[in-house]
Amino acid sequence: MFVRGLKRKCFDGEEDIEGTLAGIKAIPSYNLQRQSLLDMSLVKLQLCHMLVEPNLCRSVLIANTVRQIQEEMTQDGTWQMINTQSTGQTSLDRLVSTDILCRSSREQAEGKQVPGYSSFSKDFEDDQTQDSSETMSTSSSVQTPRNLQSNVWEMENPQESRGNFQKSLDQIFETLENKNPNSVEDLFSEVDNSYYDLDTMLTGMMSNTKMGHCDGLETFSSPTTATSNSNCKSDLNELDHIVEILVES
Amino acid sequence: ADIISTVEFNHTGELLATGDKGGRVVIFQREQESKQQPQRRGEYNVYSTFQSHEPEFDYLKSLEIEEKINKIRWLPQHNAAYFLLSTNDKTVKLWKVSERDKRPEGYNLKDEDGRLRDPSMITTLRVPVLRPMDLMVEATPRRVFANAHTYHINSISVNSDYETYMSADDLRINLWNFEITNQSFNIVDIKPANMEELTEVITAAEFHPHHCNAFVYSSSKGTIRLCDMRAAALCDRHAKFFEEPEDPSNRSFFSEIISSISDVKFSHSGRYIMTRDYLTVKVWDLNMENRPMETYQVHDYLRSKLCSLYENDCIFDKFECVWNGSDSVIMTGSYNNFFRMFDRNTKRDVTLEASRENSKPRAVLKPRKVCVGGKRRKDEISVDSLDFSKKILHTAWHPSENIIAVAATNNLYIFQDKVN
Repeated sequence: MFVRGLKRKCFDGEEDIEGTLAGIKAIPSYNLQRQSLLDMSLVKLQLCHMLVEPNLCRSVLIANTVRQIQEEMTQDGTWQMINTQSTGQTSLDRLVSTDILCRSSREQAEGKQVPGYSSFSKDFEDDQTQDSSETMSTSSSVQTPRNLQSNVWEMENPQESRGNFQKSLDQIFETLENKNPNSVEDLFSEVDNSYYDLDTMLTGMMSNTKMGHCDGLETFSSPTTATSNSNCKSDLNELDHIVEILVES
Repeated sequence: ADIISTVEFNHTGELLATGDKGGRVVIFQREQESKQQPQRRGEYNVYSTFQSHEPEFDYLKSLEIEEKINKIRWLPQHNAAYFLLSTNDKTVKLWKVSERDKRPEGYNLKDEDGRLRDPSMITTLRVPVLRPMDLMVEATPRRVFANAHTYHINSISVNSDYETYMSADDLRINLWNFEITNQSFNIVDIKPANMEELTEVITAAEFHPHHCNAFVYSSSKGTIRLCDMRAAALCDRHAKFFEEPEDPSNRSFFSEIISSISDVKFSHSGRYIMTRDYLTVKVWDLNMENRPMETYQVHDYLRSKLCSLYENDCIFDKFECVWNGSDSVIMTGSYNNFFRMFDRNTKRDVTLEASRENSKPRAVLKPRKVCVGGKRRKDEISVDSLDFSKKILHTAWHPSENIIAVAATNNLYIFQDKVN
């Protein structure tokens, strides 16, 4: 926990802050720099590495840094309750930014490890293909809800995605501070990302209870999957889901 | 030439292996010392080159598996052949490197070109004889240990029993028997039930050099755990836990990142462990868990630059560290092709540079200095002029002599003591 007035080592060129007057002057600068660090960290987490799996150690360290900043901001009182009435005017902006947030976070999430494979690694046999074929056959029975979730993230249906997120955004806006988000950038920085980034970064799973915004999807009728690529990835998520069920049973 | 990703001497120091980003392994052999040219004391020349790993594609996850060699570890030698383990992110392979300098001639059933002879045409029998041929070094994969790691392998370590070895990835450590490739024992698993709760990963692991039941692993939170495999099959509970309490005056948002340990190495004696985090190298006594015995600053001038280094991702660079044969000197790399050596007895340290431009072959290396303040003396280099793309992550020290191998991106430098 930072005590105001102590020298900050985390920012380049930061000068010694001594005395209350100087401390007061420096406070906005500190908040700004902390904010930029948070933004930078979120961008780092969202860089999608489509071909090669991202470095888990790096992701965990960045995620921990983001958590630390968020905790401090919560304690500082910077992370306040939002005035819901003001959301109406800029709701479209927020939808856009959250969509971008979710789109790249989904791509990041798909780059992550499949946690379900842990069950195989413990007593791995040579008949890996047999195992995977078993899971694939059972995956078809729970295909529908998984398709829904994965399709939410599809860029082919941006309008639908935005509609899906309305319910979740309402939840999120309750925790946002109303700080006149003039730019997408500002809003981007203020969204309570714990709903999305950290958790989706670290889980390959879509069926995450913390992601309450996906509850609304259960009632959606299944839109057709557009490309074979999305099929592959939705199958992948189904596989995760199935294996997790198998492991827990 | 590709970027070198690992460097390792074998147990006698006769061979030096390097692995690169393209999945290739190049082995150098020390030349026999000749009386005619005593000053060319045992140079290293290329002995064998082979492709260890190929790029793969995981169809289930739609992801590429890099062929980059993360680590090479030698096995001790029992016979004329050499054995080494090499690993990429997912698969460990045991390679046999052997020499062939004789060739059998005079087969009965096939002629010199290898074509089969008609048995009915054979009227006499002869015994094939071995005739000398040009030396050929062959590398053959003897074992492939695959499909046991969900996450990326960061370490392999041969056990002192020479029958088993371990492979460690971000969340798990597996124990293998060299003879068995379709099974491995999971001995450490720090994967949380809910991946959302993941806050710590395994960064390096190594077996104790003498006690085949003990090993250590380091984490991204700057802790080291010593585990005893006799205690339980799954060593999730450590026998010893090494962690230095945080210095509150140095606390920043980057504290955790720079405390993440990138390498851990037992001393040859087995009494100490050395750890490398972003700014320091620490030597720990196995008998003292609450703080390190010695701490050496590698490049403390970077402490005020952490934000920039975070931005350009350099803060995540994983530097390795090595002991010399007698455990009296430790060495690690830095930026700008600098590497540092610390003498534990005299407490003196030196910064040297691995670069062709700044030193001639066979010339004594000139110590370098980085200046932090305003006034830069001649020959000093200022912090802002450092080239952060030239990083020395991998170094190796000959097991008994003062010969070091330094990997500077795609170049390998070998330095040795000056002969009088």
